[in-house]
Amino acid sequence: MQNHAHDKELIKKLNLKAVRVRKQIIEMLYHAKSGHPGGSLSATDAIVALYFHHMRHNPKNPGDPDRDRFILSKGHAAPALYAVLAESGYFSKKELLTLRQVGSILQGHPANTRTPGVEVSTGSLGQGLSFGIGVALAGKLDKKNYNVYVLIGDGESEEGQVWEAAASASHHKLDNLTALLDRNMLQIDGCTEDIVGLESTKERWAAFGWNIIEIDGHDIKQILDALHEADSYKGKPTMIIMRTVKGRGVSFMENNVDFHGVAPNEEEYKQAMKELDETEKKLMED
Amino acid sequence: MEKINPRDMYGETLVKLGEKNPNIVVLDADLAKSTKTYKFGKRFPERFFDMGIAEANMISVAAGLASCGKTAFASTFAVFVPGKVYDQIRMSVAYSNMNVKMFSTHAGVSVGKDGASHQMLEDIALMRVMPNMKVFAPSDPFQTGRIVELMAENYGPMYARVGREAMYPIYEKNELEDMTIGRSITLKEGEDATIMAHGMMVREALIAHDTLKKQGVNAEVIDMWTIKPFDAEAVLKSAKKTGRIVTVEEHSIIGGIGSAVAELLSEKKVNVAFKRMGVNDTFGESGDPSDLLKKYHLTSSDIVENVKKLM
Repeated sequence: MQNHAHDKELIKKLNLKAVRVRKQIIEMLYHAKSGHPGGSLSATDAIVALYFHHMRHNPKNPGDPDRDRFILSKGHAAPALYAVLAESGYFSKKELLTLRQVGSILQGHPANTRTPGVEVSTGSLGQGLSFGIGVALAGKLDKKNYNVYVLIGDGESEEGQVWEAAASASHHKLDNLTALLDRNMLQIDGCTEDIVGLESTKERWAAFGWNIIEIDGHDIKQILDALHEADSYKGKPTMIIMRTVKGRGVSFMENNVDFHGVAPNEEEYKQAMKELDETEKKLMED
Repeated sequence: MEKINPRDMYGETLVKLGEKNPNIVVLDADLAKSTKTYKFGKRFPERFFDMGIAEANMISVAAGLASCGKTAFASTFAVFVPGKVYDQIRMSVAYSNMNVKMFSTHAGVSVGKDGASHQMLEDIALMRVMPNMKVFAPSDPFQTGRIVELMAENYGPMYARVGREAMYPIYEKNELEDMTIGRSITLKEGEDATIMAHGMMVREALIAHDTLKKQGVNAEVIDMWTIKPFDAEAVLKSAKKTGRIVTVEEHSIIGGIGSAVAELLSEKKVNVAFKRMGVNDTFGESGDPSDLLKKYHLTSSDIVENVKKLM
């Protein structure tokens, strides 16, 4: 268990990390000329909180059997994960600008056989939570005390396999498993509520036997508190429903479905970097 | 010798392997009594996971277990794995290169009365095209046991299929110790034609061999149990020797060993008289297994007829 004293300095440090990761995401996508800014930016704060404070992990030994595991089930948010892994030291930051290029260790979607620190290949939605169940079952079997964190998308939750996994995890009482839902309300074709309608998310997960925590997915303190609570909760897996904003941190990308899977052009890139620089400056002055 | 069900052999071999290797775990999707994984579950309840009727979840869970150093066997009927869960196999298992062993039962029309919904005839084609995947189809109960051992001993994604029916032993229990992945087994040497088969069809090929012999035709019979990796060397050698090849499998004629042999021979410019036997691009139907094998021309007399047509 990590130190739970969420002092001001820690929150500030993580917020700074998050804005730098966001800059890195924009940089990567601009260079790759393709990729998914919206869902990467909405998931950034949770991934930052996990890797830079909450999880036990060792970039020098990515295969450490006692490590906590993070599984990015919504694989299209790969740039956020890559930026965090590079910043953690799993591989050189130089690799980041090779994203989506031939021969790169950084594929368009996570590939565990290519990228140190990636647990499993994802990108076809709906499978990460089931994979996390396997890791959590192995942890129980081997009497290890690691925790498993799986980030899933709200659009992704339209996949039937997610609900097979929801039932399975609670059946096995996997309290070493925590799912984080990036509830940004948008998917490629529009608003989730216009496509399938997920508004009863909380009730659904509760009915499937999960412990539910609802938070603002961009509030680092709330994320850390929720992760801490999830780890200590016994007998059930925990679902942290994170209310998020797709494209968070870049004004013209926020809540804009057009930036689900389109990289910024030169003008947009400059504008996005300018905004994020300003946010960073403000954070440093605080 | 008496018939033995390869599914029983599978379940018993899992138990044997489980005694030696604490990292073996077994998953099933509510068919443990049919696939015989329940035998493992009874002996090692803590390492057995009945995932219920949720095959997609089962495959990705198996991959998660494998990522933690487990050798994860996952079983159900072949219509469901790989039939229902191609993408889970592709992403969680094959692309991720996880140590998951899919062992499916009830393949082929010999499933019988349950009908086409339960008669998987496309599984080998589906698994053959999957990168990182190895594919096996045992021809007798003892070979089934040996294949399960090889699956446990060697790293990586693998798929094996057996039918529902009990099988007559073809091999002696102890003669399979040298069996190696990628190497087929030549059961009969001959000069006039080659019959290449896997699964239940190997025994039919052996019966056909005996009938042909009485008629003055010396057929070579090769057990192509290792479908991927494929034993190209043995196929080329036999093709050059006999000049006539009949492939026979309880599977679609598209994408199975017939296709594998045709691809190889045409690319290597080996000119032979050639016939693919299998289910001809159609679904099966309900009926007694033996009646269905007759209807779909998968008996020893069909093999004899096809070999003679090539003479």
